[in-house]
Amino acid sequence: MLGLERKDFVFLIVVLALTLAAPILLNPFPENSALAQFNAGYPDLMQRIAIFAIFAVGFNILFGLTGYLSFGHAAFLGAGSYAAMWMFKLLSMNILPAIVLSVLIGGLFSLLIGYVSLRRSGIYFSILTLAFAQMSFNLAYSVLTPLTNGETGLQLALTDPRVLDAANNSGSLPDTALFGLAMNSTTKVEMLGRVFQFNVGYYVCGLISVLMFYVALRIFRSPFGMMLRAVKSNQNRMNYTGLSPRPYTLAAFVISGMYAGLAGGLMASMDPLAGAERMQWTASGEVVLMTILGGAGTMLGPVLGAGFIKYFENIFSKINETVLHGWFSALPHAIQDPLVWLAARFTGEGWHLTLGVLFMLVVIFLPGGLVEGGQRIGGLFRRRKTDDPEHHPKRAPHVAE
Amino acid sequence: MDAIILQTLNGLDKGSAYALIALGLTLIFGTLGVVNFAHGALFMIGAFCAVTMQRILNLSYTVVDPSKKDFLGNPLKVQMPYVEHWFGHDAGAAIINWSVPLAILLAVPVMLLIGFAMERGLIKHFYKRPHADQILVTFGLAIVLQEIIKQIYGANPIPTPAPSQLAGSLDFGLLIGFPANTIVYPLWRLVYFLFSLGIIGAVFAFLQFTTFGMVVRAGMADRETVGLLGINIDRRFTLMFGIAAAVAGLAGAMYTPINSPNYHMGMDFLVISFVVVVVGGMGSLPGAVAAGFLLGILEAYASLNAVKDLVPGIDQIIIYLIAIAVLLTRPRGLMGRKGVMEE
Amino acid sequence: MSRYDLTRRGLLRTGMIAGAGLAMPTIFTSRANAYVNEPKGGSVTFGFNVPQTGPYADEGADELKAFKLAVKHLNGEGDGGMLGTFSSKALKGSGVLGKKVEFVTGDTQTKSDAARASAKSMIEKDGVVMISGGSSSGVAVAVQSLCQEAGIIFMAGLTHSNDTTGKDKKANGFRHFFDAYMSAAALAPVLAKQYGKDRKFYMLTADYTWGWTQAASMKDFMEKEGWKMVQDVRTPLASTDFSSYLAPVLSSGADVLILNHYGGNMVNSLTQAVQFGMRDKQVNGKQFEIVVPLISELMAKGAGKNIQGILGSSNWNWKLQDEGTKAFVKSYGTEYGVPPSQAAQTCYVQTLLYADAAERAGSFDPCAVGKELEGFKFDGLGNGPTLYRAADHQCFKDVLVVQGNEKPENEYDLLNVAEITPVDKVMYEPDNEFFKGGELGKCNNGAA
Repeated sequence: MLGLERKDFVFLIVVLALTLAAPILLNPFPENSALAQFNAGYPDLMQRIAIFAIFAVGFNILFGLTGYLSFGHAAFLGAGSYAAMWMFKLLSMNILPAIVLSVLIGGLFSLLIGYVSLRRSGIYFSILTLAFAQMSFNLAYSVLTPLTNGETGLQLALTDPRVLDAANNSGSLPDTALFGLAMNSTTKVEMLGRVFQFNVGYYVCGLISVLMFYVALRIFRSPFGMMLRAVKSNQNRMNYTGLSPRPYTLAAFVISGMYAGLAGGLMASMDPLAGAERMQWTASGEVVLMTILGGAGTMLGPVLGAGFIKYFENIFSKINETVLHGWFSALPHAIQDPLVWLAARFTGEGWHLTLGVLFMLVVIFLPGGLVEGGQRIGGLFRRRKTDDPEHHPKRAPHVAE
Repeated sequence: MDAIILQTLNGLDKGSAYALIALGLTLIFGTLGVVNFAHGALFMIGAFCAVTMQRILNLSYTVVDPSKKDFLGNPLKVQMPYVEHWFGHDAGAAIINWSVPLAILLAVPVMLLIGFAMERGLIKHFYKRPHADQILVTFGLAIVLQEIIKQIYGANPIPTPAPSQLAGSLDFGLLIGFPANTIVYPLWRLVYFLFSLGIIGAVFAFLQFTTFGMVVRAGMADRETVGLLGINIDRRFTLMFGIAAAVAGLAGAMYTPINSPNYHMGMDFLVISFVVVVVGGMGSLPGAVAAGFLLGILEAYASLNAVKDLVPGIDQIIIYLIAIAVLLTRPRGLMGRKGVMEE
Repeated sequence: MSRYDLTRRGLLRTGMIAGAGLAMPTIFTSRANAYVNEPKGGSVTFGFNVPQTGPYADEGADELKAFKLAVKHLNGEGDGGMLGTFSSKALKGSGVLGKKVEFVTGDTQTKSDAARASAKSMIEKDGVVMISGGSSSGVAVAVQSLCQEAGIIFMAGLTHSNDTTGKDKKANGFRHFFDAYMSAAALAPVLAKQYGKDRKFYMLTADYTWGWTQAASMKDFMEKEGWKMVQDVRTPLASTDFSSYLAPVLSSGADVLILNHYGGNMVNSLTQAVQFGMRDKQVNGKQFEIVVPLISELMAKGAGKNIQGILGSSNWNWKLQDEGTKAFVKSYGTEYGVPPSQAAQTCYVQTLLYADAAERAGSFDPCAVGKELEGFKFDGLGNGPTLYRAADHQCFKDVLVVQGNEKPENEYDLLNVAEITPVDKVMYEPDNEFFKGGELGKCNNGAA
């Protein structure tokens, strides 16, 4: 079905179902319970998870399949955001043209950078992408200010032309919308002491991310995907068979750049402001973290990684010492205080430390990321033969060699 | 003319920091073949050695001075550093004043130790893994190190002034026959430049004139043959990692009066230092040093107002432009050997 | 090839369990709210969004302390601070409209993107009715427009750009802090008097909305005093080493350097300027001078001795002798052991002003609260008689010209108030050339 094997099709349906039910699934705790702070079912976070899942899935097409480690993908995301913002300012608040343009710009920009960077491989490639991304960021931050509004970030104004939209006399800024359906409209449903927020913007992001997931799945299963894997496993052998890896890697680079542009366009559609920071190399590092943490080269890994990091960033980072004291309040002070002190190093503002440690552990012990971790744990409970090559492929090295 | 000389000084000053970091990176890369993304973090830790030294020297006890009032009108509490208590007011104050140069005493052992621990505890297990894995694990380590520093010292930059005798400026123009006030340059930045020359000289002399250095150089050229000759090259490489860490640390410690250290300064320097290494040529020590100074000076020239009027924003991107040009036309860099990390 | 095999099953299982748990007997959509995040329980939540990292982190930390103190006082804890001296007596120290005040905090990282993300999560997850904070005009402008779109009130903290209540003003946004125009208007006559009319100045300007408007205002006012500008150089907000920008200054022929920098930027640029010997040189036969148009106590602390004798302007200073200031300094000083900065004062006052307006309006509806704030005249909050102008939501009050203290009596005694410029000297029309181009628009309470 849909050009997929049955197994893949079921998989896709599950992902779709989970995406649709996310506003409910992510809000498991009653409103007034102590655990309510772990609820993640609010629009902003869910949108972010979906958007970064797109970003990471796209990045994985490049890194997971070909092994080329780019440290510059945030530049495409930023370019996509700026493109979308200009569409909102000049053309219309409808997100469709904005998203189309952001994908195009992401693609063009990545074609340009990819064409140059892919002349080198390995660490040289990484540093080239890093240099290009930092350059884009520095320019967006300084001389390109007329285009990007620099540090303040590009935003909407009442005086923007918006030639396709009806004249706006309301005195307030228009909302981004899909043919009149405003992105920020939310239906709240109260039930069983929980408030579920069903947000239009989230469903737009979620459905697009499922679609992009499907596209990635097709790429992974296609002959083209096989060629990319060939680039990763042995470029020399590929050369000997008379195939040039360049067109394939460039195609992968541009596809992942378009994914990034799409993610950027969606980000601007959900929150119409584009800041230069989203182009900085540390932002590129974030998507690397997501992909590796979840499991590079797997289908689900980048999605898991994106969800994991965004959840940590927004929820885990709010556990402060007061909350911790509440948790450990049953213990005597002599034990409670050091415990709280220790836990506070890793929660709240210290969540970056937890992330760094986790990331290192994954790189050292679990090159397949959380997905491999899940499989290993699963393997302990399964009575299947573990040498089944179909389900336990050999660990592939990360880099083109 | 005076503007060009000023920016040359500026470039040499920037270049010293770039060169020192790139030197350490290249030592690690050339000897161990490891791409160390945590090297910026080592520079940052070195800077915080200076902060720690300052804190240690400023350890104080509280004295209440009833003759003065604080802002709420209560008697003023004065912090009395132990150093002043022990050595007398003047000598104590002088010691505190010189806390940044004194930090070298702290930075060398601390950085050597951190270097050894890093190599033995982590990097050792990554020699056989792909370069991408090395980048990733050291990138993770860099995040961990900077977060630890952030938790200990907070997110704000901490002022660490140079000794007052070296905090002023030198009218450099007067020395070379310009009228007064045309070329004035901060004294400490000149000190930093000389200091970096000293360190670079010491590292090269060490590699050139000691038996140890000779073995390490041989190992850099052909590790396996040296191993076959029955020399335990691994232990020497561990020491080299420690030395590279110490070089980064010293660069960081002495840099603090120029720029108050904060936890993410390592990441800020990391990208540039990799660019420097690549421009100089992977694995080439003279290349790293030359490229460091070259890029520093070019960056400074690009920020001349005349140049900026001609090409707006050039000062922001010149380094990257050069790196891209070099990588595309001459991937082995200015002085690199052919074939390092190339397919 | 299918590595997700187990995960898929696991997820299926989880999904089924979750589905079963939610077999819900009753579903009803929530009552239509009169406005977004209408507080339903016994408490109301404010959001304090301040920089905890980045070049303005110092100011952010101080703002957060002030917010916490304000919440304490609103809830009737502590000594009440400026509630006792405030000219409006609506607040009784029993929360606001009978509801206990709670708060959530966020880190803007001094970046607009991060600030918006943090503000969004406050609005959507934590249900705040008001967001305050800032410490960078770029961030303040970005968050202000988010609050406008979301339908909650934004009480700007430390933001000094003309644009915040100029071309980027919003109906849901209110600013107590003064702006770049007022700084320049107050500072220019003092500078001309102290340093003479025949001066040439060189400016380094932080490259974003605040820096631009600050530089434009200073240029305009100084040229009216007869000074001539040599050059205005933009520096990126993220830069820490200003040497390449400072190196050409001394030989440019300028005899005054104006640093349009704030926070960590200013501490670095001033320190480095002093290292370049700029404070002990003679140029054009005159003593070379450095001016920092916007100075805060925290920056003075960071810059140490280098700040001594330097002129600038402030919104407020803890050494003022009015009753409001004295009450606030006592209360803040007792709580934290240090005197408050101007950032702390403006944030504390903004929180009180919001609470007071809500109390008088009898509702947290942003439109009702906004109406109470518009044209509101008050006193007793440290700045003397103050007006919240309805036309642009900007407060008008006296401006302080301050000077780095040459002989500090203690470690906090860093700035002296050199002159208090009365409000009518810094007043301007809403359509002034530095402010025109924006519209407040209509207030938005988020009700669909």
